[in-house]
Amino acid sequence: MKEKLKAIHDKAMAAFQEAKEIKDIDDLKVKYLGKKGELTAILKEMGKLSAEERPIIGQMANDVRQDLEKMLEQAKTRLAAAEMAHRLEKEKIDVTMPGRVRAEGHKHPMSIVIDEICNIFMGMGYEVAEGPEVEKDYYNFEALNIPKNHPARDEQDTFYIGGDILLRTQTSPVQVRSMEKGKLPIRMVCPGAVYRSDEVDATHSPVFHQLEGLVVDKNITMGDLKGALGVFAKELFGEDTKVRFRPHHFPFTEPSAEMDVTCFACGGKGCRVCKGEGYIELLGCGMVHPKVLKMSGIDPEEYSGFAFGMGLERVAMQRYGITDLRLLFENDMKFLKQF
Amino acid sequence: MNVPMSWLKEYAAVTASIKEFVEDITLSGSKVEGVETMGGELKNIVTGYIKAIEKHPDADKLVICTIDIGSGKDLTIVTGAPNVKVGDYVPVALDHSVIAGGKEIYTGSLRGVESEGMLCSIEELGFDRHDFPEAPEYGIYIFPEAVELGKPVTEVLDLQDDVVEFEITSNRPDCFSILGIAREAAATYGIDFQPPVIAVKEEAQGNTADLISVEIQNAELCPRYVARAIKNVKIESSPRWMRKRLRAAGVRPINNIVDITNYVMLEMGQPMHAFDVDTIKDRKIIVRNAKEGEKITTLDGVERQLDPSMLVISDPEKAVAIAGVMGGENSMISEGAEAVLFESANFEGSNVRITAKKVGLRTDASSKFEKGLDPNLALDAVNRAAQLVELLGCGEVVPGVVDCYPNPKTEWELSYDPDWINRFLGTEISEKQMQEIFERIELKVDAVNHKVTVPTFRPDLEAQADLAEEIARFYGYDKIEPTLAAGTPTVGKKTYAQNITTLIKDTMVAEGLCEAMTYSFESPKVFDKLLIPADSKLRQTVTISNPLGEDFSVMRTVSFNGILNSLSTNYNRRNESAGLFEAARVYIPKSLPMTELPDEIPTLTIGMYGKMDFYDLKGIVEHLMNALGIGEKAEYSTETTLPWMHPGRTAAVSIDGKQVGYLGELHPVVAKNYDIGTKVYLAVLQIDDLIAASNMVNVYQPLPKFPAIARDIAMLVKEDVTVKQIADEIRKNGGEYLESVKLFDVYQGEQIEAGYKSVAYSISFRSAERTLADTDVAEAMQNILDGLAKELGAQLRDK
Repeated sequence: MKEKLKAIHDKAMAAFQEAKEIKDIDDLKVKYLGKKGELTAILKEMGKLSAEERPIIGQMANDVRQDLEKMLEQAKTRLAAAEMAHRLEKEKIDVTMPGRVRAEGHKHPMSIVIDEICNIFMGMGYEVAEGPEVEKDYYNFEALNIPKNHPARDEQDTFYIGGDILLRTQTSPVQVRSMEKGKLPIRMVCPGAVYRSDEVDATHSPVFHQLEGLVVDKNITMGDLKGALGVFAKELFGEDTKVRFRPHHFPFTEPSAEMDVTCFACGGKGCRVCKGEGYIELLGCGMVHPKVLKMSGIDPEEYSGFAFGMGLERVAMQRYGITDLRLLFENDMKFLKQF
Repeated sequence: MNVPMSWLKEYAAVTASIKEFVEDITLSGSKVEGVETMGGELKNIVTGYIKAIEKHPDADKLVICTIDIGSGKDLTIVTGAPNVKVGDYVPVALDHSVIAGGKEIYTGSLRGVESEGMLCSIEELGFDRHDFPEAPEYGIYIFPEAVELGKPVTEVLDLQDDVVEFEITSNRPDCFSILGIAREAAATYGIDFQPPVIAVKEEAQGNTADLISVEIQNAELCPRYVARAIKNVKIESSPRWMRKRLRAAGVRPINNIVDITNYVMLEMGQPMHAFDVDTIKDRKIIVRNAKEGEKITTLDGVERQLDPSMLVISDPEKAVAIAGVMGGENSMISEGAEAVLFESANFEGSNVRITAKKVGLRTDASSKFEKGLDPNLALDAVNRAAQLVELLGCGEVVPGVVDCYPNPKTEWELSYDPDWINRFLGTEISEKQMQEIFERIELKVDAVNHKVTVPTFRPDLEAQADLAEEIARFYGYDKIEPTLAAGTPTVGKKTYAQNITTLIKDTMVAEGLCEAMTYSFESPKVFDKLLIPADSKLRQTVTISNPLGEDFSVMRTVSFNGILNSLSTNYNRRNESAGLFEAARVYIPKSLPMTELPDEIPTLTIGMYGKMDFYDLKGIVEHLMNALGIGEKAEYSTETTLPWMHPGRTAAVSIDGKQVGYLGELHPVVAKNYDIGTKVYLAVLQIDDLIAASNMVNVYQPLPKFPAIARDIAMLVKEDVTVKQIADEIRKNGGEYLESVKLFDVYQGEQIEAGYKSVAYSISFRSAERTLADTDVAEAMQNILDGLAKELGAQLRDK
C-alpha cells in the first residue's frame, strides 16, 4: 500500500508539473482525486488492512491527497498566469495609431477676448449691458457732449440711416441709456459691434467691436479710475503689467486720458511690437463729463464717475499675433480652429 | 503738427534731451506721434575744394577732380557734372558715406579711374532749389563762398534739426502752432514762455483803409476780417533760416511773401492769404455766401463748383477765394504787383470743414480753421506778417489795418474750488500749487475769490472739471494715487438672457462647431441669391444712406448670408468640411421709412457642409434643446414655405406651438448661387424665443425602484406616414404605465412592398409602486396596436 501511495503521489506530481493547460489540470484532478480516481481506488482497499496498519496508511493517504490538492492549486495558478500573459501578449496594439477625435468646436477669438474682459469686470462688481446697434443720434452723439457740427462727428465717419437714426459709432450710447434709467450706483461694461465708414484693409473694418465701461457713484475719483483700470490690465496681461496714463481729449470725459500698458511682447524694454516704446496703447478713459451726467439726469454735484473704452479687435490681434483684421471675418475653419 | 525743435526752443528754452522731451510733453498732454531728424540720414559728407580738374582718358563726359578736404591727403574723384571748376567749394561724399535716400557711396572705379567718393548735388543732400535757390538746376552744389574744409556739410549748410510730430486733439486749436506747443512745453517744465515781440514800423505812405474796404455780410461764418497792405513788394527767395524752418515743418518754401504767410500760420496757427490788391475790383472786399451756380478757379488751377452754404471772399464782381480753404487764381500775386493785401480772418470752423469736404480740397488753412480758431489771433498774426516783411526787406508796410470785428470775443471767468478739485482727482494738491499751474498756462488767478480768467485761445476751458484736467496734467497723471473705489457695493453679473446665450454658444462648441463672425450689413442682391420673392417683407431693410458701396448697404434681415459666404470661402479653399455658428442680430424695421429704431433680433445660425446629413444637424438642434431643458417640448414638422430651403428636407422647430426657427438642407440652387458644390445644412433659431422657453430649474426625479417591461413592435406603414405620427399614436394609447417610446429601426428595401416602410419601436412600461406583470400592459399594448392599425393603417409585422 505504502508503495502504491507513493507511486501515485510521484506520478501525479510529475503530471501536474507537466500540465500545459487548465483543461489538463481538470483531467488530472478527475484521474487522481475524483470519485473514480486512483487515490480513491486505493482507499477503497483500506478495508483489507490490519487494524494497526489502517491508521498509518490512512494518515499517509490523507497526506498524499493534501499534497496533490496543493499541487493542483499551484499548477492551476501557474497556468492561469501563463494564459493571461499569453492573452495580453496577443492583444497588443499599436498605441501610436491616431485616436478617434470628435469634431472640436471653438469660440471665435473675439468672443474669447470679450468673455475674458467681461469676466474680469464682473469679478469687480460690474454688470454686462447691451444696447441697440441702430441708434439715435441723441444717444450716440448729443448726449455725449458731441453736438451737431462737432468735429468729432467727422472723425468717426458715421453711417447714417436717415433722419436722426444712424449706426452707432461707439458703444457709449449704452452708457447713456444705462444712466438714463437712473438706477445708481452704476458699474457696468458694454461690449458690442460698432460701425464706422472705414474701407476694409488689414487694420480697418467698417464693423468692429468695442467694450466700454462706466462707473457712477458718490465720491468717485480719478484715483479710482486709475486703480480699477490698473487691476484690469494686470488681470488681462499678467501680474507684471504696468500702466501709464497720458492726458488726452474725449468730448464726454474730463479729465480724459489714454492708458498704455507695458508691451506684453517685451515687458517694456522696447521691441518691434511696441515700436520700441515699451508701451502699447490700450484704451481711452476719463472722468465722466459733468455735462454728460447732467444730460442723463444725474446731479454732477452729488455724483461723479469714470468711463473707459477700448477697441477689441486690436486686443485680440495683439494677443494672438494676428496681423490681418480680415481673417477675423473670413471664418476659415483653418483659422477658427486655432483658438 | 510738425514742430522743429530749434524753432520751439526760441520761445521755450527746453534743455531736456529729445527723448526726455518727447516723454515729458506726452505725459503733460501733447501726444507725440514721432520724431524725425531732418537730414539725419546724411553721413560722412564734408566740404571740399577743387584744386585741379583733368580730362578722363577714356570718357568724354567725365572729368577727374583733385579735391582737398583739409586732411592733408587729396582725393581723386571722378564726376560727370558740367558745372564744376577749379577753385569751387563743393560737398564731397567720402568713401563709406550715405547720401539722401539712404544710398551708400564707396570708392570705386569709373572707366578705369579710381574715384574716392562723389561730389553732391543739392538733391543728393535731400533738398532742392526751393531750399537752396543758389543751387544749379543740374550739377553739383557749389558753396557761394569759401568754407572751412573737411567740415560736415550738415553743419555748414545747417541741414539738421529734430522735428517732433504732434497729434493735436480737436479741443486744442491753440496747439496747432509752434507757439502753442512752446507754451505747453514751457508749462511742462515751469520755464519762461517767450513769444516774439510784435512791432511794425509802418514805413510806407498812406493808410491801408485808403487802399481797401471790407464788408462782412455773414458775421456768423466770418466773425473777424483783418487786412493789411504792403507796397513795393519785391518777390524773391526768403532767407535760408526761414526756408529751413518751413521745410522742417513740412512746408515747401516758395517765395518771400508766400513763405511769410506760411511762416505765420505755422508759428501762430493763423492761416493767412495774400491778394494782389489790383485784382480786387473797386478795392472792396465782401465776405458773403456763394451764389447758386457760382464757380471759382482755385490757385491749383481747378475749377470748383460752389453753393450758397459756402462762404467766399469776393469783390463786387467775382469771388476771389473760398473762405478759409483756398484763394482764387484771379487774385494771385504776380510779378510787379503794386500792393499786396494780407488777409488774416476768422471763419467758423464747421462751415470751413464742410465746405472743404464738399469742394474736395482740404488745405493746411482749412484744417486749421476747422478746429475753431481764436478771432483775437487775427490782428497779431497780420502784424507779425508785416513785421517779417520789414525784417526781410521785401516790401513797405502801409500804416494801419482794416479790422472788421463786429462782436469781439472777450475773456471769461471760471470759479474753482480746490477741495472739489482734490476730491474729484483723488489728490491733495495745495491751493498754491494749483494757482501756480493756472499761471503757467496763462490763466489770471484771483486767489481771493477763487477765480481764474481764461484767455480766448482756450475755448476748451468751460467749467471746473476742465480746470481739474489742467491741474491733473501738469501735476502729473502718474502722481495720482490709484485707489479702488469703495462706494456702494454692486454685484457683477450677466443677465439671465446673457447666460442662456452663453449656454447656447457653449453647446454649439460642444457639438464641434466653430463660432463665426460676419458683417451685419450686406448687399440687397443677397435677396435674389436666396430666391426671396420681390414682394417679400424680408426685402424691407434698414438701409444705410452713405454706405461704403452696395455690398455693405443694407442691414441684414436674414441672418445666414454671412455664414453661407463663409461656407463658400471654406469650400473653395478646399476645406473638407465646415461647421459654423453665429449668434448675431438681424435688423427688422418697424415701418418704412423708419421713424423709430428697428427691432434687433438675436438669431442663432448654424451652417455646415461635409460628411453629414439632415439628421446630424437635427441632432445638434436636439442637443441644444436638451441643454436648454426643452428637449421634450421641441417639436419638428415639415416646413415647405422657405424659398431658400429644400422643400422636402426642412423642418420647422416649434416650442409650445410657437415656431422658433427651422433647420434643414439649403436649396440646391441657393448652394449653387453661393458657389458651394455640395449639400449645405442650415438652421436658424430665434434666441429670444429659446431664452423665453428655456427651463433651467431642475427637480430631482426618484430613480426607478422596480423593473420595466419592454415590448418591441415592428410595423409596415405607407412611406409618407411620419415617425412622429406613429410615436404620437403610441403615446396616445399607452396607458398609465407607459414610460418611453423609442424608434429603433426604419427600413425600406427588398422585402418591403414599394411605397411602404418598416418601422420598429421599443416601448417601455414601468410603475413606481410595484413590479409590473405582463397582464398589466396587455391592454395598453392592444390599444396601441389597434390605434396604429386604425389611424395609420399600420400592419404589425412578425416579431
